[in-house]
Amino acid sequence: MTETLATTTAFGRPIKRKEDANLLHGRTNWTDNIQLPGTLHMALLRSPMAHAQISNVDVSGALAMPNVVAAYSAADLGDLNGGVPCVWPVTDDIVMPVFPALATDKVRHVGDCIAVVLATNAASAEDALASIDVDYAPLPAVVNMEQAINNPPAAVHDAAPNNTCYVYNLGGGFDEVAAKADVIVKRRFINQRLIPAFMEPRAVVAAPMGMSDEITLWSSTQVPHILRVLLALVTGIPENNLRVIAPDVGGGFGGKLTCTREEILVTQLARKLGRPVKWTETRSEDMVATHHGRDQIQDIELAATKDGKFLGLKVTLLADMGAYLQIITPGTPLLGMFMFPGIYKMDAYSFKCTGVFTNKTPTDAYRGAGRPEATYAIERIVDEMAAELGMEPMELRKKNWITHEEFPFTTVAGLTYDTGNYEAATAKALDLFGYDQLRAEQKRRRDAGDPIQLGIGISTFTEMCGLAPSRTLGALKYVAGGWEHCTIRLLPTGKCELITGTSPHGQGHETAWSQIASSILGIPVEDIEVVHGDTGRAPYGMDTYGSRSLAVGGQAIKVAADRLVEKARLIAAHQLECAPSDLEFREGVFYVKGDPSKSQALGAVAFEAFTAHNLPDGVEPTLQAESTVDPQDFSYPHGTHLAAMEVDTETGKVTLRKYVCVDDVGNQVNPMIVEGQVHGGLAQGIAQAMYEGAVYDEDGNLMTASLADYTLPSAADLPSFITDTTTTPSTTHPLGTKGVGEAGAIASTPAIMNGIVDAIRHLGVNDVLMPATPQTVWRTIQSAKGAR
Amino acid sequence: MDHHVSVTVDGTVYSGTVESRTLLVHWLREGIGKVGTVVGCDTSNCGACTVLLDGRSVKSCSVLAVQADGAAVTTIQGLATGDEWHPVQVAFKECHGLQCGYCTPGMVMATVDLLSENPNPTEEEIREGLEGNLCRCTGYHNIVKSVAHAASLMGGTK
Amino acid sequence: MIPAEFDYVRPGSVAEAVAALKSGGEDAKVLAGGQSLMPVLRLRLGAPPVVVDCSRLPELQGITETGDSVTIGAAATHHAVMTSAVVKSGVPLLAQATATVADPAIRHRGTLGGSLAHADPAGDLPAVALALDATFTIAGAGGTRTVSAADFFVDYFTTAVGPDEILVSVTFPKLGAGWGTTYEKFNRTAQAWAIVGVAAAVKVEGGKITEARIGLTNMSPTPVRASAVEAALVGAAGADAINAAAQAAAEGTSPTSDLSAQADYREHLARVLTGRAVCKAAGM
Repeated sequence: MTETLATTTAFGRPIKRKEDANLLHGRTNWTDNIQLPGTLHMALLRSPMAHAQISNVDVSGALAMPNVVAAYSAADLGDLNGGVPCVWPVTDDIVMPVFPALATDKVRHVGDCIAVVLATNAASAEDALASIDVDYAPLPAVVNMEQAINNPPAAVHDAAPNNTCYVYNLGGGFDEVAAKADVIVKRRFINQRLIPAFMEPRAVVAAPMGMSDEITLWSSTQVPHILRVLLALVTGIPENNLRVIAPDVGGGFGGKLTCTREEILVTQLARKLGRPVKWTETRSEDMVATHHGRDQIQDIELAATKDGKFLGLKVTLLADMGAYLQIITPGTPLLGMFMFPGIYKMDAYSFKCTGVFTNKTPTDAYRGAGRPEATYAIERIVDEMAAELGMEPMELRKKNWITHEEFPFTTVAGLTYDTGNYEAATAKALDLFGYDQLRAEQKRRRDAGDPIQLGIGISTFTEMCGLAPSRTLGALKYVAGGWEHCTIRLLPTGKCELITGTSPHGQGHETAWSQIASSILGIPVEDIEVVHGDTGRAPYGMDTYGSRSLAVGGQAIKVAADRLVEKARLIAAHQLECAPSDLEFREGVFYVKGDPSKSQALGAVAFEAFTAHNLPDGVEPTLQAESTVDPQDFSYPHGTHLAAMEVDTETGKVTLRKYVCVDDVGNQVNPMIVEGQVHGGLAQGIAQAMYEGAVYDEDGNLMTASLADYTLPSAADLPSFITDTTTTPSTTHPLGTKGVGEAGAIASTPAIMNGIVDAIRHLGVNDVLMPATPQTVWRTIQSAKGAR
Repeated sequence: MDHHVSVTVDGTVYSGTVESRTLLVHWLREGIGKVGTVVGCDTSNCGACTVLLDGRSVKSCSVLAVQADGAAVTTIQGLATGDEWHPVQVAFKECHGLQCGYCTPGMVMATVDLLSENPNPTEEEIREGLEGNLCRCTGYHNIVKSVAHAASLMGGTK
Repeated sequence: MIPAEFDYVRPGSVAEAVAALKSGGEDAKVLAGGQSLMPVLRLRLGAPPVVVDCSRLPELQGITETGDSVTIGAAATHHAVMTSAVVKSGVPLLAQATATVADPAIRHRGTLGGSLAHADPAGDLPAVALALDATFTIAGAGGTRTVSAADFFVDYFTTAVGPDEILVSVTFPKLGAGWGTTYEKFNRTAQAWAIVGVAAAVKVEGGKITEARIGLTNMSPTPVRASAVEAALVGAAGADAINAAAQAAAEGTSPTSDLSAQADYREHLARVLTGRAVCKAAGM
């Protein structure tokens, strides 16, 4: 299935990005840049309480403020108060509460929306919020998941008196293998709540277009196509009257894979008031109003023989949904469900996940979306098993992983990994890392009782990306497909338009897709314009998330480009007066075999297709081709990550001294872009381990509500990384490529935490909570000392 | 309360009326259309709004427009000379020092300032010099390389 | 995100500034570099009716020295302070600590006087001023007065500067030969405030510490001198003696518990970091 790409090798080269010229000169189109005449600026009154009954929402004070044109409560909006959709009812009996854009009678998390003000400038809208009156009758806040389901202080939603959204089971048979096991290691891990914190705050502009019924919506979104469908369903605006545009988007990481309250309100109000409406969030709003990521309590059991052969894995999760279900909230843990067994062979796998409602910001996808949580659990428990058995953790992995010869391999979770070579990636990583020397240094420090201890953290991961085969999504009850579309047009003047359904927000699609098309069509990269993110110009697509754009979108580019060449071949053959099979296509030119002086370049074919003076019968004018590809499988990149961690046992401060990773993402379109995606993922995964965590107090107040308290790392908090790759082409993708966008974030967190535990395990420590702040590490050491 | 201000931005004098509370970054973006400079946070942590004010990097979200009266501001839009890119811009492109580009205006201006004071920084000095500029996409690895490359393009000896 | 409305005035002299504060009422705020005030305004945590910009007042500019002291205008930026040859040679501890404040862009605007008058318990510079027994020159309607560091810091975010007064300058005694200094700042990330900070100045003669000044950041609502440690350090020669003396670092402190650290951890850090800072400053 993997074809080698011909000729012009734009494919595989680390060419510099086409996107950069505009970005580096401030010629940018962020949604907040948009200034349309007559715009009303929207501000939202948000709940300061985690859980309360609200009544008597009185906006009259706001209406009296300068420059305020309108203000509404939920009651004022009536039917316009659309419900935020969730497209993944994971079980038949899932509790899916109504999620109105403006809260009606209850607020359920700090940041929940209560009322909206529209003014002729943003400052006046913000000023007017303080004049809105609301009566709050506080209710107990549901903050602790175990308490929420076992001993609930309140029900977040009446339909779920014990705050259970759903219970999902998969697999089984663990108890049988456990009965035969020599060793069972059991741990509870906390995969803490995170905030995506993309650098560009969300912004939305909706504008009625002239005299028609059309509305154009600009949004800082990852999903313009999905948003168009959902907004049409929610608002009743005919889909054909809705155009959604993602202009430049400053990062998403899953946090902009959404259909939000604000997008619904902006759209509805623009239509109602007949004027453009604009909303730009503040960072403080973003912290409470954009969905959060992760947040699982994981009870993990691994059963093995005394020789270290894994027999079975049992996973029991509590997954915090937050107060409401957003687009794929309940499904995020299930995206990881298949990945808990990781790269290992075993006989049984039992999985149970309980989705729990709490009075916190809703959770949803954040880089990795379920797979980092899974990889964390398996890579940590494997290290714990190694410690239990007194085995080298890498040796334990080698003993149980799928060997290169065993691919394609169907795992105990039911997925078939197409290709992989854990041995090659690992050997390379160990060598780059200087594994033996670092182990020796660790021993020296341990023997000397050095206050600075050294640990080595390992993470050998694979992941399931390239969302996704549509039939699989249907079987999982996900209410959408996973295909992707591409149309390629060769214009009469020889330039090329590549229309993609992907929607980049930093990933360099304009460059990489040009490279793919260029290498097939023989057209220079700079003559290819990649059109994306605008349903008016790129009408079909399933957008960008889940490391799917190359894995699925790239397939559509390849198929469309091949189809275009085949149509061109028919035209060229006709004009060169030979059979289509008598032509060979090289570097963008058709040559008659045996007589290369007779040739026609693709650009000339395009012009002929435009004038249509001499086309063969049955071939329509214009030169374009399209493809909508439904992937036959997920994509399974893998890698070996190694971290050298220093722990100052006197203060608890942890330093990442060295980070090495060797990742296999199959063939690479642009190695520079691949490496950049790995770097970015590493930083986020390392930050989960060491720096970040969304913290709520017992009343449901978000304590980390600004970037001053939610400590993102700067350049001063991270080292340079040592990255490399192996290449084991995918057999389910015609380009042999795999996804990479989330891999770094998935792999790195357990590498760091395994390293920290390894550094201080001799002090009696077998787990450290994330983030491993100095205080947390210090206290863990103190507790372990005290327990001895 | 309104004030009249006159500020030289990217070499051109702009005059206008601002409220006391108008932030420099908002005046740049909305008052005079210099949308290349962006807002990323409200606690002066992210640095996306960094510009040069009288030759020194400042976070334009924490300066009032009225405080910039009479001063000279350089934004990302004023770095290049006609078609000729500033070496920092060249270096960031060559080293893949940006992905989504949102932190980039601030990161580039912070780099210009860093290299003006320290033309030959070590990796550690680069990382510390950029601690006021957050990026969520790149993991900083290539940003650091970009700064080092810019230093060499501008004549630093490393 | 956008501050509430306020009036902005930029007086041309200290006398005008004092008058503006008086007419502005008790909620009027002084603006210097704005690096502390602007986030407060943007988050609407405060809504002063008038903001008095003192950053360009001629009386507040400049760094001057005499034989035994360095006087720094309240409006001197952190950048000016840390790059000043006069400060680096005369008051090196101040230059060292200032270099750890925030980040370069913030240091280009933030001022010494603003930081000290803001008196954030987690701010780095108050501990330095206290350790060095700096004196503060304050101007009000009745003229100027000087206040010692020990009297200047009253409570968290509260100093001896009255509502209608402004800080004009701060004078730091030079320590002279034989002194080693360092500022040890312990935080979660480079941008973060100090969980605990230690400003250490020690005089070493004949291989022994003969005098020590230790100021602690974020161990109390105001900066504190680790007086017990200072006394115990006299005569110390070597890391063991220093670390033993440093065990008294938490005495007389009342650290808070917050998102970054509980009080007991702060006390522990104070002990460890004081030992490390003194060893470094003493070269032992």
